[in-house]
Amino acid sequence: MRAILVLEDGSHFRGDSIGAPIDAEAEIVFNTCMTGYQEIATDPSYRGQMVCMTYPLIGNYGVSDHYAESRRPWISAFVVRESIDDYSNWRAEGGLSAWLKHWGVPGLGGVDTRALTRRLRARGTMRAVLAHYEGTPDVVALVDRARNITPLSEKDLISEASIAERYRIPAGGPARRIVVVDCGIKQNILRSLGRRGADLIVVPHLATAGDVLALNPDGIVLSNGPGDPAALPGVARTVGELIESGAPILGICLGHQLIGIAARATTSRLRFGHHGGNHPVKDLADGHVHITSQNHEFQVDGDSLPRDSGFVVSQINLNDGSVEGLRHLTRPVFSVQYHPEGAPGPQDNQYVFDQFLELVGRE
Amino acid sequence: MTLRKVLVIGSGPIVIGQAAEFDYAGTQACKALREEGVTSILVNSNPATIMTDEGIADVVYVEPLTVPVVERVIARERPDGLLPTLGGQTGLNLAVALADAGVLEKYGVRLLGTPLETIKKAEDRELFKQLLIQLGEPVPASRTCYSVEEARAFRAEHDLPLVIRPGYTLGGTGGGIATTDEEFEQIVRRGLEFSPIHQVLVEQSVAGWKELEYEVMRDAADTCITICNMENIDPMGVHTGDSIVVAPSQTLSDREHQMLRSAAIRIIRALGIEGGCNIQFALDPASMQYFVIEVNPRVSRSSALASKATGYPIARVAAKIAVGRRLDEITNAVTGKTTAAFEPTLDYCVVKIPRFPFDKFPSGDRTLGTQMKATGEVMAIERSFPAALQKAVRSLEIGGRSLLWEDKLWGEDEHALADAVRKPSDRRLWALMAALRHDWSVDRVHELSKVDRWFLNQMAAIIRMERRLLNEPLTPQLMWRAKRLGFSDAQIATLTDLALPDRVRRQRQEWGIRPVYKVVDTCAAEFEAQTPYFYSTYEEENEAPPLPGPKAAVIGSGPIRIGQGIEFDYCSVHSAWALQRAGWRAIMVNSNPETVSTDFDTSSRLYFEPLDDEGVRDVLENEGVDETPAVCQFGGQTAINLAGPIEAGGGRIIGSGVEAIDLAEDRERFDDFLNNLGIPRPAGGAVTTVEQALVVADRIGYPVLVRPSYVLGGRAMEIVHDASELIRYVTNAVELSSKRPILIDKYLEGKEVEVDAVCDGQDVVIPGVMEHIERAGVHSGDSTAIYPGVSLAEWEVDTIVEYTVKIGRALGVRGLMNVQYVLYDEGVYVLEVNPRSSRTVPFLSKVTGVPMVQLATNVMLGTTLREQGYTTGLCKRQRLVAVKAPVFSMAKLVGVDTALGPEMKSTGEVMGINGRLVPALAKALMAAHAMLPRRGRLLVSIADRDKPEVISLIKRLALLGYEFWATPGTAALISSLEVGGRRLAAQRASKVGGDGGAPTVLDVIHGHLVDGVVNTVTGGRKVLQDGFEIRRAAVERGLPCFTSLDTLRALVESLEGGESGWDVRPLPEYLEVDGRAAAVRR
Repeated sequence: MRAILVLEDGSHFRGDSIGAPIDAEAEIVFNTCMTGYQEIATDPSYRGQMVCMTYPLIGNYGVSDHYAESRRPWISAFVVRESIDDYSNWRAEGGLSAWLKHWGVPGLGGVDTRALTRRLRARGTMRAVLAHYEGTPDVVALVDRARNITPLSEKDLISEASIAERYRIPAGGPARRIVVVDCGIKQNILRSLGRRGADLIVVPHLATAGDVLALNPDGIVLSNGPGDPAALPGVARTVGELIESGAPILGICLGHQLIGIAARATTSRLRFGHHGGNHPVKDLADGHVHITSQNHEFQVDGDSLPRDSGFVVSQINLNDGSVEGLRHLTRPVFSVQYHPEGAPGPQDNQYVFDQFLELVGRE
Repeated sequence: MTLRKVLVIGSGPIVIGQAAEFDYAGTQACKALREEGVTSILVNSNPATIMTDEGIADVVYVEPLTVPVVERVIARERPDGLLPTLGGQTGLNLAVALADAGVLEKYGVRLLGTPLETIKKAEDRELFKQLLIQLGEPVPASRTCYSVEEARAFRAEHDLPLVIRPGYTLGGTGGGIATTDEEFEQIVRRGLEFSPIHQVLVEQSVAGWKELEYEVMRDAADTCITICNMENIDPMGVHTGDSIVVAPSQTLSDREHQMLRSAAIRIIRALGIEGGCNIQFALDPASMQYFVIEVNPRVSRSSALASKATGYPIARVAAKIAVGRRLDEITNAVTGKTTAAFEPTLDYCVVKIPRFPFDKFPSGDRTLGTQMKATGEVMAIERSFPAALQKAVRSLEIGGRSLLWEDKLWGEDEHALADAVRKPSDRRLWALMAALRHDWSVDRVHELSKVDRWFLNQMAAIIRMERRLLNEPLTPQLMWRAKRLGFSDAQIATLTDLALPDRVRRQRQEWGIRPVYKVVDTCAAEFEAQTPYFYSTYEEENEAPPLPGPKAAVIGSGPIRIGQGIEFDYCSVHSAWALQRAGWRAIMVNSNPETVSTDFDTSSRLYFEPLDDEGVRDVLENEGVDETPAVCQFGGQTAINLAGPIEAGGGRIIGSGVEAIDLAEDRERFDDFLNNLGIPRPAGGAVTTVEQALVVADRIGYPVLVRPSYVLGGRAMEIVHDASELIRYVTNAVELSSKRPILIDKYLEGKEVEVDAVCDGQDVVIPGVMEHIERAGVHSGDSTAIYPGVSLAEWEVDTIVEYTVKIGRALGVRGLMNVQYVLYDEGVYVLEVNPRSSRTVPFLSKVTGVPMVQLATNVMLGTTLREQGYTTGLCKRQRLVAVKAPVFSMAKLVGVDTALGPEMKSTGEVMGINGRLVPALAKALMAAHAMLPRRGRLLVSIADRDKPEVISLIKRLALLGYEFWATPGTAALISSLEVGGRRLAAQRASKVGGDGGAPTVLDVIHGHLVDGVVNTVTGGRKVLQDGFEIRRAAVERGLPCFTSLDTLRALVESLEGGESGWDVRPLPEYLEVDGRAAAVRR
């Protein structure tokens, strides 16, 4: 079946439908990871976004429950140059396009994804419609539809991506208790903490500071998640209270942005976001450069961070100088904009979890 | 740390396993050092390199890469640091030798980049294993065994399959993989027997596992990044240099990729490397189990490939790191904005295919294993795997052979096909395709080949398209899909009723189906790229609008092969530079990832494309055919062959026209041409049938030299002594080039002389005359050449100059021309005229100081030689003697005869330069590793007709203190000379016990009882066979083997000259004469 991707600027890309035969309306971003398409599709932070993969061959090693970063795919659609159905890998349980169909996620194959990426780079992230058609598509109508899509910032995406009930992942033996605020968490964050022997209690994003502190946490993790952090003043307030409590806190991605807001910094949109596994981040303390996995549209504005907030910018992105980490000067609180858990992407930054658990202290 | 002066060691001559990639790396590194304000001192013995040119390194020594020579360089230059990681294994080994000899310590030279300990650890199998075990990295269990019992004990602790590798046998002869206990015992016994030291290594087998490579970089601040990972399509067991490789990996999940990436980073950290490093892994295709196979603590062939595949200049960055820069202090030259501290991401698929020399060596063993056999490689970039694969196959330039090719036998005999699928060889890719085409299931092909199903499925998609093209009417949609899968116009022509590639081209252009060009930018379009590095694909958006202003396309020389080596890349690079210097934009088209020409800053714009009709015409059309003339005379035969198609397609060639090329290659027209000029050439003719051949040979008399027309490097050239040999040759050769005739010439066994000249149609400038040490009959590429012609009489030089000037003018050559002469019986005869650049242009340019390629390029642009300050005639001779000696890679090519003949066999060259001939000869021989010790023992086996000539040489060697072992046929001669010779048993005599227990030839070679071998052949198949084993044994033991008495004479003279005579000086110091002013009109 033929399908077309129409952007709000009027540009359009025709291709073959590769997933569920339904239309999609969402923002579109590009991701430069060469592997990890299933991890990307199941990253709840992508709620409300279509993803254009810049690597042209997607689906090579199939899909497997091993690679799911959450219970389901969250992307609105995949846009690829070539969807590979003849996958090959010992772990594969099925093909990508069948999996997309199963989950009701549409996709578009055969697209000049480099042309699309260059357009997104030039114009910034845009809203788009993925529509199926027979004969000739009505591009004008589709452009109109694209322009009427509710912007990401006006959507409540976090409620969809978070959980309703708290749950516990017990450690094997005596362990430090870490409460994880799930704003749309990736499983590898939980695995990374669990592997280090932490006793994990995962709570919904709407949990109050009181709810969290009542669990007697030795440390708190604020997870990644979808959408605009500025649209979450309530959660940011909770984060502020948690910081005040003196508990050790690690913020990841959206969690980092919420810490920034709690520190009275502003946040803003990046032109086309950071989505990839090759972003260099420089640690301002020791000068080390780390290759990181990233997926975010928004950033903490470094200049807006009040001097008296107690926070300093600890890490920056070498490509554009944007804020990649915050650290409180006196309290055991720090955050990273990137994904120390990788998945997909480098495992080089697992040390972040070690640093956090050092702050938490030994059992 | 302040580094002011750094010594860089080059990799020396091109040999199999060490090719142009190190010129590319070294050139980048020297330029990078200059950017950092560090003075670079370069030593390299290979004159055909860009790195040894003016303006790359600050001080250049073209000198042998030996400890004594480099010590003299160090003593003179007093560098602070030594950068050993850019000259391949040669560079590393020499650095270790210098350290071990105490030279580095004596002069206070710091080793940069990779610690000495690391070099040693990576080289020593046992130390390497211990290091990895310490790191907790998995290595295959193994044990060195000297008996069946020891091997059994290891077997008891480990599961089968186990691999058995006999020690010190070439290409693992006698080894194998045991899957049963019975096989195990059998192979161990056999291996112990085959190994000259009766040793086998028994190791856990990873045959059939995936083979992955990671290119990693680390700086002094411990920042580590991976540049690229690559997956070998051939599973473990085939040398990565001989494997078809894809980048990035295709069949690895993110989890698998990150596991290996993390391991690679742990390893480079543990090794303490500051710079680049290549790490090879074996990965179980059915679990997360992996093994570390090899670490190269330096830049390598793979890092050159990774640089071209990603756009990330590894050598440049490695050099900067070595002198103290941090990754985040180095700008990313591609984006101009970001830094070198990031990891490239690809939005295309890269396929590399090795280029093998089996077209030249049909007798060579085509089986691929752990010993590398390829001489070069091609790379193709596309947006899908099938398209990249097919484009790479087009780039190979193997007689237009697409993936449609099948060995006839495969269609007839299923076992033959199964064998070809199972056994790795240069043809396996075609066998895999054939099997799929014959409806074998992907599973079956996978079971036999262990090639991952992913690749096979992608190949099956190509087959499906073949069928559609065969069976369906060609529509725009079908054409578009076929082009997206990489089908060439020629393939589509074969499969559809359009029949002719040009008709396909016209049809698709009518349908508006043209390639677009996309940028290689290291970042998948996330940032704007500054670098103009393009590849073609069938997509929507074209990122390469025509370049404005005057411009020309330099057609490159493709993969390195015997006969067409790095020299032509050298010329292409200089042409691009000359264009730019003249204010033109230079557009480079080439398919070879190893080279300087495909570095993104060599030209104004680089198109990484196959050098075929379609690829080059598409590029020219993209730039505008009328605005973009093509330069075809620097890229060897590859580029020359494209001149016709380009012109036929409406393009324009600048420089010598297609007419001149055709005239020089058309036997009869060329005979007429020379006759009209009154220039003699050996009698002969062009024939297309056996009958004609016999008539011509009878007329001119045997021996005759036979060869097909239109070939470079003397492919399939032979000296034929009688009618029966001639019949065999002509009959076998028919398939070689049915459209082109076979050329037969009277073979004149005289002195060969070669000149390169630059012509502008009026003036003909001859920078120098080179004479060959070996008499005619040895291919010019395999001859030792001397500049200037030291033994030539004045009238001979005058005649050569006169003829050359006449030919250049009459042919209307605009650009370069190479003429080969033979001096025979008081006559000067023309052997060959090539209106293009030749193999000797880099050498001659270096030793005469005449920038030949630049002059030629300017001539093409319309600037006369006079306007450039040159007039007709021979340039004034430099007061130096330079010797260009060939270097061979014979040890690696099992089954190939090493005897010199009209067929070219060498892979590279070295230069020895000095004020006088004998020291220059000595340096060339040293650099070529063909020098003998001052005294020692020689094995001699001389053909009867050479015996009178050899006597004086034997006597002189005896005076030097040499002793001799002689074969039965030569022993009488030696004993008659009373020079202390010993008689050997006939080759196989000891086995039958008939020769009184005398050792055999092979005994003394294998037992290292001799220092070198002299073995001449009379020609004729039978005789060749007799000496074959002697020659093979010698090269496989690394002994110098002389098959020409002329070379031996040169050696004797060098030995007599002693070591004291030569000096070690920077190249410009030898050059005293300004070539420009010296040109005289004749």
